[in-house]
Amino acid sequence: MCTVCGCGNPDAPDDKHAHDHPHEHRHTHEHAHGELRHTHEHAHRHTHSHTHAESGPHQHGDEAPHDHHHDHAHDHAHAHGHDDTHPHVHDHDHGHEHVHEHEHEYEHVHRADGSIDFGAGPAAVHVPGLSQSRTLRIERDIMEKNDAYANSNRAYLAGLHTLALNFVSSPGSGKTSLLVRAINDLKGRFPIAVIEGDQQTAHDAERIRATGARAVQINTGKGCHLDAHMVAHALDDLALEPDGLLFIENVGNLICPAGFDLGEAHKVVVLSVTEGEDKPVKYPNMFAAADLMLLNKSDLLPHLDFDIGLCVAHALRVNPHLQTLVVSARTGEGMAALYAWIESRAARRAEQRSRAAASAAQVATPSDAAE
Amino acid sequence: MHEMSLTESLVELIENEGEKQGFSRVHAVRVTVGALGHVEPDAVRFCFDAVSRGTIVEGARLDIRTLLGEAWCLDCAKTVRIVDRMAACPECGRQHLQVTGGDDLRLDELEVD
Repeated sequence: MCTVCGCGNPDAPDDKHAHDHPHEHRHTHEHAHGELRHTHEHAHRHTHSHTHAESGPHQHGDEAPHDHHHDHAHDHAHAHGHDDTHPHVHDHDHGHEHVHEHEHEYEHVHRADGSIDFGAGPAAVHVPGLSQSRTLRIERDIMEKNDAYANSNRAYLAGLHTLALNFVSSPGSGKTSLLVRAINDLKGRFPIAVIEGDQQTAHDAERIRATGARAVQINTGKGCHLDAHMVAHALDDLALEPDGLLFIENVGNLICPAGFDLGEAHKVVVLSVTEGEDKPVKYPNMFAAADLMLLNKSDLLPHLDFDIGLCVAHALRVNPHLQTLVVSARTGEGMAALYAWIESRAARRAEQRSRAAASAAQVATPSDAAE
Repeated sequence: MHEMSLTESLVELIENEGEKQGFSRVHAVRVTVGALGHVEPDAVRFCFDAVSRGTIVEGARLDIRTLLGEAWCLDCAKTVRIVDRMAACPECGRQHLQVTGGDDLRLDELEVD
């Protein structure tokens, strides 16, 4: 079995399975790397600020590439430098202090030749000239590999004018039932395919296949989330028809899947009304990452004390742009509104398609294709 | 625990740099984690020893710097620093904030032979 995604492809030895694809996605990789310049610049602002605080003279003027960000850097420099070098006269909260502790480990000076001196700060864990080791500035996003696959998936899906939705929730919120109902109601209008993520078993994919929709089950094994690489494999197996819908049912988990872009157009977070209204503030990252919240199992509301208004208020605190629909996969209540939401977004894909057809000579680039 | 796979990505990225830049031993790894991001620094530390075993990163010190989140306060019309997504504006106390940054997860520097 493939140890990367657990997809169980028997004719793919682990090494090959893991290596074939990165090569194929190399373009996007570089594309993603280009986007990382944001991170790079951001990091420099902070790094500069330390140097200013500790070393006074502006050695950075030597480094032409950094000049562009210098004005901006001063804001940060004062905030941080002040805190680092003076007694804490401000009313700091706990989180703030934590940051300072760590930042001491980071004291260093950039030299004109591009090397970095770690002996400059008060932490002084390295004495320049006495250590044989060298320091390399890397500035790479740890998510870059996932994001490269995600961008590649997104470009592929855009090329097929397929709307991909990534359904996330805690276990037992009714995602699969919701998808089964949606597929039965929408399959006359769209070709629909599903990627099912679970730690073990192919039960959910079997339930989906019973609707007639194509489904690939990804078993994550010990993994707690789907990542974009797994989805890339699943897309290879699915052979999507154009102008369709792709539903990705993520592993039931309100924490881990939040950080992983799979190449979807939207994350849809499903919260059942048998859970607490305060889930959005307990698990803010997931609700911040989603564009739509479905409050499922609404048929149970008469038996519960669930306060929809309070839940929505909590959700909007975390994500002011989050839309909410109240649905019941069991009775069908509110599902029409969900279908309208999906169709309006699918229609945008269709518009993109006609625009693309109008300028037929122009080849879509990944950045055009991505939303 | 997604920190495990993110830590694997981190080690993979370092090995990758090792091939590119020609080093075979790493003494220190410095990463930045945003306060609004998706990882718990302690969980990364926990995973790091296990994941780095048998790689060029084995035995390296892991320094994690935590960065505060950044948000735009609609009332103050300026960028403020926040510790979590629930936070109020540290200046005006209201919650009219739009998060603009602070979910970084970045390998900054390596100390190598």
